[in-house]
Amino acid sequence: MTTSRIVVGAHYGLRDWLAQRISAVVLVVYTLLLLGTVVLLPELNYGTWAGLFASVWMKVATLLAVLALVYHAWVGVRDIFMDYIKPTGVRLFLQVATVVALVGYACWAVIILWRV
Amino acid sequence: MAELAEKKTRPQFRNIAVPQILSYRLPPAGVVSILHRISGALLFLFGIPFFLYLFQQSITSEISFESYRAVVGSVLGRLVMLVLIWAYVHHFLAGIRYLLLDRHVGIDKAGSRTSAHVVLGASLVLTALVALKLFGAF
Repeated sequence: MTTSRIVVGAHYGLRDWLAQRISAVVLVVYTLLLLGTVVLLPELNYGTWAGLFASVWMKVATLLAVLALVYHAWVGVRDIFMDYIKPTGVRLFLQVATVVALVGYACWAVIILWRV
Repeated sequence: MAELAEKKTRPQFRNIAVPQILSYRLPPAGVVSILHRISGALLFLFGIPFFLYLFQQSITSEISFESYRAVVGSVLGRLVMLVLIWAYVHHFLAGIRYLLLDRHVGIDKAGSRTSAHVVLGASLVLTALVALKLFGAF
């Protein structure tokens, strides 16, 4: 099996498969949590919305969800590239672009949360 | 020999071309599967940047909150949101179906067919409800 390993392939094991499912469950929980807390707000305006994200627990939960989302998106997008993009160079370029975009999104999310 | 001749004439769908894809009749589970992929790609390409931008505008200040309301209030903004919300709801429900299938829940033919129909229908119904809400029906 070692000889068939390629740099733009999967990570050859259970890890990404499992990470895809664990991150999915984290996102399901966060989605329901966010919907639930928003529904329970007495009124939806800037004050209550920003107040929700001012608490430490909501910041931590949101950051965890963002990290889960980034890993989840990485595995999913990589799977799409592995199915449709065959030339190694093109696939590597697209994968690097995806990682750069996703890490950038994670940084952006941290900056947004930092301001609240 | 008759059997061999019959086998040779069977249609083969390896590396199917685009016209064949369009006329290919997928079972409901196959429709859920390809839509799971398409919705995931949409969410990565447009959903993450769009919703991060909306989140930033909605939360940074009262002034930016007004620009968030302007985007969400525009027809184009609502249509983009609707497509992305459908993608999220479909991906969400299909994902739960896959998690259940991993747990060997509903892996028989009839059960998997039913759950595929439920995912396709429920994601459209929920998106329609969001559409009614967005366009002020209730």
